[in-house]
Amino acid sequence: MKSMGATQEEYYRGVRMVRYDLVKELVLAMVGVGVLALLIAAVLSSPDVPPVTIATWAQQNPVDLVTTATNELAGATTSAVYGPPYNSVGPGQSFGPIAPQKWFGVRIPIDSANTFVIQPLQKASFSNTALGAALSTWQNATADQQTKWLDAYSKALANATVTDGGVAVATGDYGPLPVMMSNLVGIAQAGGLDGLLAINGRFYQTDYTQPLLFMGDGTYLAGLAQQAHLTGSQWGMMNETGQYPGQTWLWLYTMWYQVTPFNSPTGFLGFNSSNADLGVIILMTALTAALALVPFIPILRDIPRWIPIHRLIWRQYYAPRKGAARA
Amino acid sequence: MSATSSSEGASPGATAPESRSWTLRLRQAIDRHLPMDHLLPDRQPYYVGSWVYVFGVVTIAALAWVIASGVVLSFMGPQWWHDSRVGRFFNSLHFWSVQLFFIFMVLHLWGQYFMAGWRSGRAATWMIGVIIFGISILTAFTGYLSQQNFASQFVAINAKDAMNGAGIGAFFSVLNFGQMYGLHVMLLPIGITILVVAHIVMVRTRGVVKPIDPEGGARP
Ligand code: HEM
Repeated sequence: MKSMGATQEEYYRGVRMVRYDLVKELVLAMVGVGVLALLIAAVLSSPDVPPVTIATWAQQNPVDLVTTATNELAGATTSAVYGPPYNSVGPGQSFGPIAPQKWFGVRIPIDSANTFVIQPLQKASFSNTALGAALSTWQNATADQQTKWLDAYSKALANATVTDGGVAVATGDYGPLPVMMSNLVGIAQAGGLDGLLAINGRFYQTDYTQPLLFMGDGTYLAGLAQQAHLTGSQWGMMNETGQYPGQTWLWLYTMWYQVTPFNSPTGFLGFNSSNADLGVIILMTALTAALALVPFIPILRDIPRWIPIHRLIWRQYYAPRKGAARA
Repeated sequence: MSATSSSEGASPGATAPESRSWTLRLRQAIDRHLPMDHLLPDRQPYYVGSWVYVFGVVTIAALAWVIASGVVLSFMGPQWWHDSRVGRFFNSLHFWSVQLFFIFMVLHLWGQYFMAGWRSGRAATWMIGVIIFGISILTAFTGYLSQQNFASQFVAINAKDAMNGAGIGAFFSVLNFGQMYGLHVMLLPIGITILVVAHIVMVRTRGVVKPIDPEGGARP
């Protein structure tokens, strides 16, 4: 190991040294960048589209809310079959023997039907006898019976209409579902469901896993995101609302989702659209490691010598008195 | 190592007890590796005149503005930047400083790439740079999740799948605002700051690299 204090002098021996005011340069840079940032901030402001609440969802599209809640009961939503870390219904993504999603198990347990529908209704059924009765009918019914009700109700929801903010479907045998759902819509429209899902038995709240998962199961939020170009197939991770730049530096990461094998069901070498998240993370980890190791990777570290951009950067060094200037 | 300590070694009798003092040894090591005239030199090789060297400095400047505006935001608290005009302005300042920071950092990265800035014992400087780049991306990501607006909601819903698919979501839950906010305002910025200091100390310890010289000179 060489002593660096000595080598810096050795390293520069014979190199012409000129005055250079680093501190002045830094102070000027601070001022310059600050003025630039202040100006852009003053002129362009920044994105701040208000968040969507479950209340807005229930008011703007009650049919979607009821359809989502019905699907939760049927165990047919994204969150219901998600797998780890929320539940063990789905297997999670894997690539050959690499299955980290499964390895770490269910660490944030969510039982969609209960969490998003049954429990909030139970809390609200206090002093609401009709809802209480509907809930016990539901819970005392056989699974078979529940499925029949759900199937019939789901079909009817496809042609549902909205009257007075409530969801109306053609008459049929839906058991207690219409009572449960009209209550759920009512609670949600009043903002109660936002509270019930967020509060989670605690006073202070910093964790929005439940309301976000529930909203993610519906199509209302996704529809708004689609309009704002935020969904995954629209390079969503690097976009922002409005005309603002988002996380543009994620372009490479986001790009992989738009190309084979990560967007194709059949895929290539075991990577496909169903394990795209894992695949893209593995790929990006490898690429980041490669970037870090560039100084040691033969071709990559030689490119800067082959492409003479350094001759532009150090124009002075190469142009005049070539050879004479070298130490 | 001992080649440079001849001046201390000159006073006989002092060397043996001194070398046992941890304090003294630390001071000597600092003197040897990073004397003040290396940390804050007033002279540079003449080829440092290139504009590419400015990218590193403006990255520091942008980072300083990011941190300063972020400190104001975190001091005033999350409601402030939505509900007041001044808060919104500081939010915008933070937002655009971050955009500038990334532009400058990426220019610096490409500049250093084409200068092969890792030559002659500077590989660790490059590698720390890449780690800073990675942590900066993570910090910006947690920042987008901490905005508390519509974009945060959908970024969270989108990103959870990526995190969960890779098993990271079990520990790093993007739907958990408290966790994201804490990481964004505390741990990650502290990490970046420490690494940037290390990065710059490493540059100053060795001095900037010489131009690429195909006929010998600066060996890759
Ligand atoms: C917060 C981010 C960063 C800051 C504030 C920063 C700052 C600096 C500064 C001030 C220098 C001195 C020379 C110059 O200005 O060009 C430097 C040198 C260097 N930087 Fe960075 N840097 C950052 C990120 C990076 C990244 C992402 C990379 C590459 C992956 C990188 C690689 C290097 C290398 C290799 C040198 C040594 C150049 C030499 O010895 O001539 N840095 N950095």
